[in-house]
Amino acid sequence: MDFQLSDEQKLLRDSVRTFTKQRSPVTRFRKLRDHAGVTGDGWDRGLWREMGELGWLSLPFPEAAGGFGGTLVDVGLLLEAFGAALVPEPYLASVIHAGLALLRAGSAEQHARWLAPLIDGRSSLALAHAEAGHRFDPQPRSTTATRDGAAWRVRGAKQFVAHGQHADVLVVSATDGEQTQLFALPRDHAALRIDRVQTIDGLGAASVHIDGVVDDEHRLAGGDAALALDRAHDAAAAMAVSEGLGICQAVLELTVGHLRTREQFGVAIGSFQALQHRAVEMFVEVELVRSVAVLAAVRADEENDDLRRRAVSVAKAQLATGGRFVTQQAIQLHGGIGITDEHDVGLYFKRMHALGVMFGDEEHHVRRFAASPSFAPAP
Amino acid sequence: MDLSFSPDDLRFRDEVRSWLGDAMPAGIRAKAEVDAHFEMEEVMQWHRILYGKGWVAPHWPTKFGGPGLSATQRFILTEELELAGAPSLSPFGLSMVGPAIMQFGTPEQQQRFLPKILSGDEVWCQGYSEPGAGSDLASLRTTATDDGDAFVLNGQKTWTTYAQYADWIFCLVRTDGSVKKQAGISFVLVDMRTPGVEARPMLTIGHTPAFCDTFFENVRVPKTQVVGPLHGGWTVAKALLGHERTLIAAVGHSQRAIRRVKRIAAAHGLLDDLAWRSRIARLEIQLEALQMANYRTLAGAALGHAPGPESSILKLRGSEIFQRAFELAMDVMGPDALAWFNQPGVVSELEQSVASTYCYNRATTIYGGSSEIQKNIIAKLILGLPGA
Repeated sequence: MDFQLSDEQKLLRDSVRTFTKQRSPVTRFRKLRDHAGVTGDGWDRGLWREMGELGWLSLPFPEAAGGFGGTLVDVGLLLEAFGAALVPEPYLASVIHAGLALLRAGSAEQHARWLAPLIDGRSSLALAHAEAGHRFDPQPRSTTATRDGAAWRVRGAKQFVAHGQHADVLVVSATDGEQTQLFALPRDHAALRIDRVQTIDGLGAASVHIDGVVDDEHRLAGGDAALALDRAHDAAAAMAVSEGLGICQAVLELTVGHLRTREQFGVAIGSFQALQHRAVEMFVEVELVRSVAVLAAVRADEENDDLRRRAVSVAKAQLATGGRFVTQQAIQLHGGIGITDEHDVGLYFKRMHALGVMFGDEEHHVRRFAASPSFAPAP
Repeated sequence: MDLSFSPDDLRFRDEVRSWLGDAMPAGIRAKAEVDAHFEMEEVMQWHRILYGKGWVAPHWPTKFGGPGLSATQRFILTEELELAGAPSLSPFGLSMVGPAIMQFGTPEQQQRFLPKILSGDEVWCQGYSEPGAGSDLASLRTTATDDGDAFVLNGQKTWTTYAQYADWIFCLVRTDGSVKKQAGISFVLVDMRTPGVEARPMLTIGHTPAFCDTFFENVRVPKTQVVGPLHGGWTVAKALLGHERTLIAAVGHSQRAIRRVKRIAAAHGLLDDLAWRSRIARLEIQLEALQMANYRTLAGAALGHAPGPESSILKLRGSEIFQRAFELAMDVMGPDALAWFNQPGVVSELEQSVASTYCYNRATTIYGGSSEIQKNIIAKLILGLPGA
C-alpha cells in the first residue's frame, strides 16, 4: 500500500499549480464566462495549444497513439489543480471522455487522424452521448445508425454535450439495432446541427441533432464501441472526482480564511463554535473526497469490472454528497456575500453541481454499487 | 500509488485467517456467527488465547512482549479480528495504561505491571471522568493528599467501565489545588482491593452492566504508583490519546455490522428491494470512503510518518458510521426492533443483541473525547480557527 507520489508526479503537480496560478486563476474563468455571450468563446484555443506543447494533453494516451503513456493518477493531479482554479479548458470533456472513447474504439489510422491533433492542442473533441429521457445510461438508445449502401444513415438527438459548442470533432454514439457504434464527425459535417445551450457551471454545452448520411470512414472501427463508452465513462467519472477535490479544497481554504478575518460582534466569526463545527464537517468531507479520489484514479483503469465499477461508484457518490455539502456550507459560512455572483464561492458551488451530475449522479452510482456482484455475494 | 497489500502482508493475512479458523473456541465461534454479546469471562478467555499466540498486543514493542509486527501487519491483524467477529478486548490495559507505563513509567513499574496486562492476569479500568468533570476533564476534583510515602485519595470517578471486574484502576487525581487546573493533576495506579475503594455498577441504556461509579474514601496509594512526574498527569493523559489512532475508525467492526444488516435484510426478504438495498449501499459507500482515509493513515504510519490531518477524522466519522449501521439494523428489523434483547424465540438469533448494541452504541460518539470535543480540536489545531 503506497499513497506516495513519485518525483515525476510531484513535478507535474507543482508545474500545473504554478501554471494555473500564473496563467489561469479563477478571475480568468470569470472573465471568459462573462464574455462568452459576446465573443462566442468560453475558453482559449491559444492556451489549449500551450497545454499541448507542455505535453499535458498527451498524458493518458499510450505512446503507440502518440501519447505520454501516463496514468489516471497523473491526470487526477492535473485536474485537481484545474478544479481549484476553475480552468475552463475542456480537459475532462475532450481529453478524457471523448479522447479515451476514441482511443479504445478507434483504429490506428483514426488515432492519427483525430487523436494526434488533440494531443498537439490543435483541435478539441466532444463526446455526444447523452439522450433525453435516458438519464445516465452511457449507451445510446434513441440515436440510430442504419446501413445505407457503403455508408450509414445516422439520426437522433444528443443533449448537454460538454464542450460540444466548441469542439472541432464530435464523437457521436448511435445504435445499429444490435450494437453501439461511434462516429467521429467534424463539426461542419452536413449531418450535424449544433445548438449552444447555457449550463449551470457557466461553461455551456451543446444540443446536437444528427440527421444525415455518414461515410463509413467516420465510424470508429478499432474496437468494441460499447465497451469504449463504458470505460470512458468510468474514467471520466473518476477524473470528475479529482476535479471536484480541487474545488473542495479551494472552497475550504476560502471559507476558513473568511472565518479568520470576518468580524462580527467585535470578534472573528471563526471563534464561534457553531461555525467552527460546520467548518470541521466540511474538512471531514474534503478528506473523504481526497481519499476516494485516489481510489477512483487508481482503479478506473482496472480490468476487473466489479473492482473498477465499485471503486468508481463509491468515489462518484461520495463526491456528489460530500462535494455538495462542502460547497453549500461554504456559501452558508460566507453569509450574504456568498449569494452574490461576484464572489467566487458561487462559481465553485455551480461547477460542483455539474460534476456531481455528469457521468452519473449519486442515485445512479448508489444503484450501480448496490447491483454489483460483491454487494450481496451468495451466502 | 498502490492500493494493494504486499505479497508478504497478504501471506500474513492468510496466516491470521487460518489461525482464526482453528483457534476460536466453539462457544465463542457460535456467538460470533450471530454477533451475540460476549460476557466478560469470554472476553478474557479470548484474551488468553491471543496471548498464547503472542498477538494480544499487536502494537506493543518487542521489549515489552509485543510481537514485533509492522504497522501494516498490526492493522491487518486488528481488522481480521474485527471481521471475524471475535470478542473485542478491554482497551484499558492493552491500549491505555500499558502504553502510558511504557512511555512514562519507571523500570520497576514496567516490570511489575506490563507482563500481567499482557497475560490478562490483571484487568484494568479507567478512572478519568467524574460527576462534575466530563468533557472538561481538567476540572476533576478527586484529591490525592500527600501523607509520607503514600497519597490518600478521596473522591468519585464515573463511567469506570467494567470496574466491577477490574483488579486495577488508573486515575487522574488532583495533587496540587493551588495551580492552573491542568498543572495540578497526577496519573496514579490504584489496586481495586485497597480498603476504601468501592465500585458500584449501573446499567447502561443497553441494559449491560458496563458502567460503574467508583468511590474513593481515604484510599492509601503508595507514591511508587504515580506514573510520570508528580503533577505531570495531564501530559501522560494527552500522550495516551495519541496512541494507535489509525485503528480508531474500527472499519472492520462497521464492515461486520453492515454484513449483519444484509443478513437480517435477506432474512426479512428486503435485500432485493431497491429502496432498502440503496440505503445499505449508501452506508457501505461511506464506510469504503472512510476505509480509504484509514489506509492513507496506515500507509503513512508504515513509512514512519506522524498521523496526517486525515487521521483526525477517523474517530469522528468511524463512530458515526458504526452507529448508523446499528440504526439501519434496527430499521431493517422493523416491528422486530420492538423486542428487547436476548429473547430467544421472539426474534431470530441474528437479531438478539441488536437492540442492546444499538442503544449502547450511542456511547461511541461520547467516549474517548466526544465528537464535539474532536471538532473543537480539529478547528483549532488543523483549521487554525481562533479560540472562543
